[in-house]
Amino acid sequence: MLRLEKRPSPSRAWNYATPLVAVAATMFLGGLLFLALGKNPFEAIRLIFWDPLFSPQFAAYSRPQLLVKAGPLILIAVGLSIGFRAGIWNIGAEGQYIIGALCAAAVALFFYPAENPLVFPLMIVAGAFGGWLWAMIPAILKTRFNTNEILVSLLLVYVAEKLLAAAATSFMRNPDGGGFPGSRDFTRYPSSANNEIIANTGMHWGVVAAFIAVIFAYVLLQRHLLGFQVRLAGQAPRAARFAGVNPARLVVLSLGFSGALAGMAGMFEVSGPAKLVSIDFNAGYGFTAIIVAFLGRLHPVGILLAGLLLALTYIGGELAQFMLGLPAAAIQVFQGMLLFFLLAFDVLSNYRVRFSMPGRKAEAA
Amino acid sequence: MKRRQLLATSAAALGLAATAGTRGAFAQSPMKVGFIYVGALGDFGWNYAHDQARLAAQEHFGGAIETTFVEAVPEGPDAERVMTQMALSGAQMIFATSFGYGPAVNAVAARFPDVAFEHATGYMQDHPNVSLYNARFHEGRAVIGTIAGRMTETNKIGYIAAFPIAEVLMGINCAYLHAKKVNPDAEMRVVWAFTWGDPALEAAAAEALIDQGCDIIMSHTDSTAPLLVAQERGVHAFGQASDMSSFAPETHLTAIVDNWAPYYISRIQEKLDGSWTAGNVWPGLAEGEVLIAPYGPAVPAEVQEEADAMIAAISSGEYNPFTGPLNKQDGSVWLEEGQAADDGMLWGMDFYLEGIEGEIPS
Repeated sequence: MLRLEKRPSPSRAWNYATPLVAVAATMFLGGLLFLALGKNPFEAIRLIFWDPLFSPQFAAYSRPQLLVKAGPLILIAVGLSIGFRAGIWNIGAEGQYIIGALCAAAVALFFYPAENPLVFPLMIVAGAFGGWLWAMIPAILKTRFNTNEILVSLLLVYVAEKLLAAAATSFMRNPDGGGFPGSRDFTRYPSSANNEIIANTGMHWGVVAAFIAVIFAYVLLQRHLLGFQVRLAGQAPRAARFAGVNPARLVVLSLGFSGALAGMAGMFEVSGPAKLVSIDFNAGYGFTAIIVAFLGRLHPVGILLAGLLLALTYIGGELAQFMLGLPAAAIQVFQGMLLFFLLAFDVLSNYRVRFSMPGRKAEAA
Repeated sequence: MKRRQLLATSAAALGLAATAGTRGAFAQSPMKVGFIYVGALGDFGWNYAHDQARLAAQEHFGGAIETTFVEAVPEGPDAERVMTQMALSGAQMIFATSFGYGPAVNAVAARFPDVAFEHATGYMQDHPNVSLYNARFHEGRAVIGTIAGRMTETNKIGYIAAFPIAEVLMGINCAYLHAKKVNPDAEMRVVWAFTWGDPALEAAAAEALIDQGCDIIMSHTDSTAPLLVAQERGVHAFGQASDMSSFAPETHLTAIVDNWAPYYISRIQEKLDGSWTAGNVWPGLAEGEVLIAPYGPAVPAEVQEEADAMIAAISSGEYNPFTGPLNKQDGSVWLEEGQAADDGMLWGMDFYLEGIEGEIPS
């Protein structure tokens, strides 16, 4: 019989081993899934995990794309992780991402077509401000009226989406676009273009910002009093209050921080990879980042790795789709398996598995 | 050991495929044609119609081409990446089947000048290897507008619209105009869904329209949800993009079918022959790119005849669905007596015609 026994403290070895075990289990069960669909499982797994990184045909392009895809995910997830650690649940990063992008786009369109080196930094500030502002709505409603920040932040995503559609079809529409929806192409306006810093590396300013955010969050959580308060509030809210942690202040700070980072992510995306404000500009980064945050165990370095891993499954998943004809749903199931196993095997770092002979009770029954 | 071997051989095979693809010289190797869809091809609407055309092309050319696709690709950087990887895998031709793929199509086309790009419903054409194609969906709206005008009993027709853009407004105006022509009391109620495909939202929109007294539902969104609601509530509805009669067997009147197959087959043939050049086409009922699905059991014979006459008049070119005198909603003149709208005027449409109530959201 299997029995779980709580460990006195989480196992360090399992903490590091579970991601590998989870990936292996996903490969095995995912392989069976692909086999059931009539595809060669080895080829599918190779296309997903190996080819984007090492195939001579694709890697030169897809390796940099890994950074492009992971950049916004990491940036948003790092912001979210601070709040999540303190038990403050910002589910609306998608909305903050949109508003950040819209604010940044407004700055760029205001200055267009004047060339000015200050436009880009101003756009970053505007993006962060927009995201922060959108996150302040649930923050203030929570601290003033004790509303639930999960609901408010989530519902504000839909408000932001409507604003985005309105912007793309009316007030930010490209006047030279023949009446079609979509703003000007920001990558063609040199002052606002978020291009690759070094060609063919995928490194744009958003990726740099993501790396900086990872380092900043690491230092904050490990070395700063605020980081200590965040962890304390999450693990022992009562103790935190006795220790003088002001919960309202923590709500405002963590929601504001995550909103600002999500807004910045939107800014870097709209001025670079996405090129313009379009009706469907938001591609779900704000929601996927929640997964990345938990996958990375709310640890900055973990989030960095989780973002890259998830980006790999996206890019490899696309390869598997058109090289093997796998349906998109199969790839999504595969990604789902990966997350499921990662969380499921987490049990092993907190619990010890005991095998024991059936006890008397079982015999009696 | 075994794994290594497998990797090595497959890598070699891939490398071989790559060189064959870029040279396109191997007489026996099929030409790769890639398709990217913005939604799931199981929507039985827009994306499904494109995939049906892909399958038709694959069947038509047999071993001469190999088609591949990626579904549910968001517009933006993801589309650019998918198309780049398709081109890297040796695709000679790529069909990008959503409006929002425009910037990505042009970015990838610049990098792969030998690959032919076909972009549906777009307008950006910055490179000689980017071709544009569209369909005159509004011609189909003239037909279903006629049927709706004849068949409504409450004189209220419900319309589920996606986004306030010219293509959608053409559909609303054209359907309204032709309903009004055969039934002066007909009114149009428009609900803006602000999505191309969200079954739950589309269903809610259909419910709302029926609650307002509409007894005919037409939609310009991608899913079959409005049909399911219509069937359940016992009101008539039209399919969109493909024949949706199986989702509302009793109340499905007909559907505007997007038939991309003839265009795909002729363009792929040209690419195979080496005669492909970029174009910009907008065919409709006449060319068979827009089809009207078989009429449902609810459509009376005389209405069918009237609808057929409308199809014939548009197909032969003797009738332009937008012919003056027509006024805008605010009463100002859009088309003079006898004046027919040209394509430029249609693409500039950002208004309701006179008689439609409500405001276009902005």
